[in-house]
Amino acid sequence: MALLGRALLILGLVVCLYGIGASVYGATTGRREWVASGRRAVYALAGLMTIAFVILEAAFLRNDFSFNVVAGHSSTTTPTFYKMAAAWSSQEGSLLLWVFLLSMWSSLILFLTRNRVREIAPYATAVLLAFAAFFTSLMVFPFAANPFTTSAHPPLEGAGLDPLLLHRTMMIHPPMLYSGYTLLTVPFAFAIGALITGRLNSEWIGVTRRFALAAWLFLGIGILLGARWSYTELGWGGYWAWDAVENAALMPWLACTAFIHSIMIQEKRGMLKVWNVSLILASGTLAILGTFLVRSGVLDSIHAFGASTLGVPFVALIATMVIGGVGLVVWRRASLRSDAQLDSLLSREAVFLFQNLVLVAMVFVIFWVTFFPLISEAVTGTKVSVGPPAFRPFIVPLALILVFLSGVGPIIAWRRVTLANLRRNFIFPSAVGLLTLVVLLVSTDAVARPFALMMFAFGAFVLAAVAQELWRGTSARRALTGDSPPLAFVALIRRNRRRYGGYIAHAGLALMLIGVAASSSFAHSSDVILSPGQQATVGGYTMRYVRPTERATFTSQGEVAKLSFGAVLDVSKHGRHVTTLTTTRGFFPATADPTVGPISVAFNGQADSSVGLRAGLTQDLWTVVNLNFQPIQSEINRGDGVFTKLMLSLTPAQVRQPATLGAIRVERARAIAGLAARFVNHPWPVNFRLIVSPLVTWLWLGAIVIATGGLIALLPIPALARRRSLEGVRRSPVGAPPIAVGERAAMHESA
Amino acid sequence: MEFLILLAIIFAVAFIVTGPLRRARAEAGVGPQLPGSRHDGGPSGDEPAPGSLKGDFERASALAELEAAREAKYREIRDTQLDFDTGKLSPEDFEALDAGLRSEALQILEQIDELRPPGQPARSEDGSRERE
Repeated sequence: MALLGRALLILGLVVCLYGIGASVYGATTGRREWVASGRRAVYALAGLMTIAFVILEAAFLRNDFSFNVVAGHSSTTTPTFYKMAAAWSSQEGSLLLWVFLLSMWSSLILFLTRNRVREIAPYATAVLLAFAAFFTSLMVFPFAANPFTTSAHPPLEGAGLDPLLLHRTMMIHPPMLYSGYTLLTVPFAFAIGALITGRLNSEWIGVTRRFALAAWLFLGIGILLGARWSYTELGWGGYWAWDAVENAALMPWLACTAFIHSIMIQEKRGMLKVWNVSLILASGTLAILGTFLVRSGVLDSIHAFGASTLGVPFVALIATMVIGGVGLVVWRRASLRSDAQLDSLLSREAVFLFQNLVLVAMVFVIFWVTFFPLISEAVTGTKVSVGPPAFRPFIVPLALILVFLSGVGPIIAWRRVTLANLRRNFIFPSAVGLLTLVVLLVSTDAVARPFALMMFAFGAFVLAAVAQELWRGTSARRALTGDSPPLAFVALIRRNRRRYGGYIAHAGLALMLIGVAASSSFAHSSDVILSPGQQATVGGYTMRYVRPTERATFTSQGEVAKLSFGAVLDVSKHGRHVTTLTTTRGFFPATADPTVGPISVAFNGQADSSVGLRAGLTQDLWTVVNLNFQPIQSEINRGDGVFTKLMLSLTPAQVRQPATLGAIRVERARAIAGLAARFVNHPWPVNFRLIVSPLVTWLWLGAIVIATGGLIALLPIPALARRRSLEGVRRSPVGAPPIAVGERAAMHESA
Repeated sequence: MEFLILLAIIFAVAFIVTGPLRRARAEAGVGPQLPGSRHDGGPSGDEPAPGSLKGDFERASALAELEAAREAKYREIRDTQLDFDTGKLSPEDFEALDAGLRSEALQILEQIDELRPPGQPARSEDGSRERE
């Protein structure tokens, strides 16, 4: 089946190239059958990539180690769920996932637009297929990453999945991110088509808006899952480290956030055409850049760029996107002139504009600081290390402005407002924000963290603004229909999904950033060394190391699969028991290292952590254990000597006897288990990181609220409700004089 | 076995992808390709009556843009109404804005009427659920 898989990749590449040619030919000659044929090439590509992906998944599930990628990233002992997800833990599998997802979204958008945007669609098809051709060629050509390469002498057992990836969150994280990246190529492609054809009104935005919103949603979920994994798995106690890989996903998400706001202005007023087209081109480019950063390893060192086979092709693609995009925008600048001007700085348009500038500034800061080490190394030869302190001076003030604007936007009208109306709409949210500020100043030490204090006040302002809008909208709906408050509330959101989905997302943003401000500014953290029975105090809590734990698991062949060493801690406050935390550190055998001794192999491999976590609405209690094996190292070394001597003493005939090797294996496992048990029987001091962190849960809750708002805004109105809403426009929701489409007299009267 | 499967897939791909071309060749006696004609390999929209190829295409594109603008204007009218209902606009501002928006909507409707051939009903954007 590997041969079939390789053939499908080649066939897929051929189909891409054909589709590009057919679409462009059809567009330039007006021959629609060629345009349709190009569209069908996308459908065919989707079918081919589906079959290829199924072949790869089947190879993982049946432990076919003749596939190099299966041998390198799975094993017979890997749980089924992780076997399925292991496909995209590898470079090769992730490239196939990229093309698979791209072909799916491309097929969907082209099916939905098969009778619309007829001039733009063929060029968009060509661009989408060009992306697919690029990623497929990375798998096809010899220098790259083919998921269907095989070995003539497959191993009996695979290397297994990286232990850090044995986490459900981490397995869903890549498909979410890749869905986001590939969805972003859709509005990107249609923007290119719009620029080429000069059809630069809002129609191309209308057909791709939901794809941009879906990209934003998936990218956001992927980023959140990565943060959650970092918090619960990596063992450092944080959820965001401004790591290059994290930033690679954050940048396109921020740019896409700006885009989904500013397109509203273009749809309503015909303004910001250059801005919108540039934003989506930047978002698409950043999505490719993000894929490049993760896959090429270039940010570890610029020398990895040359060592990676993917570096040059990716840079060529990104350069083409940037130069081509800029060139098209400059070429079409006359057609991109705004149809209208900003009526007033006191308007929602102005707020959106400021918000866009803030978001783009954040992207710029993150881009510059992320790439600065690379640029520095290229220019000076010296690698500079940057971490979170390099980002905070810029990101924190920008985030404050962003939160404030996310509260202003919902309570200010389109086009213009009077000062009197502005005052009326600002009173309640401002009062709540000020009250929050005063209460915190009086009752806490928040004054020591002014930025956090401001974030709490602005967050309260946003929540109050959104609550005010929901209240007023529900009241207006009740006045119109007489519905009960719950029914009116649901109907309000159902009939105005974009607006109120957005408001809910803003509320989620406020919750999330309140959680970030609190947890990053007011956390108490302590690294201590404890023996059983000893205790430490952190953040007002007493954490006592009750007892050690140990567990050894074995394969069906009697080999050690994993050694887990842990601790049970009792947490109390003011003498009262609060909770019991359990944390472990797991060690996987270093089977790939031939220099490691037969006993040391069980203690020197990759490690993962299981944190002890008690999450609450007001604070999290978090702990992780770390240990070394120095106290038993002499016994480990002795064991290495004994078993190495034993193996060397075997005759060739004995080595060929499975029973002999089996007996040695059992004895070795027994020895390892015995040594591991020393941790419980004769425990030694171990390191603990203890953290008491306020409002971390608000971060996760806020993210869920953001996603909920995004989902509400994404969902289409069913046909029946669409007809009703059009009737609503004709009749006007609160009984104003009707305007019937086609009733010219009524329209003239109203005008 | 793999070879046979591959052959079948290649054949299927070729059949699917060349479908529109084969259909166009079979209907070659119909005459010049028209926008939205059955030669595009899929269900067609209600495109205008025969005219010059370029002119029909331009008219269809302009019509599509105007219909998108119309939908956007309806949304703007509803949004303005909702802004007024939720107290973000004074009655004076609302009346001025609402009148202006309705006037703009009327202009768009008149432009659509000019472009649309007589007797052709109004068409929603096919496949679109975008009505907010």
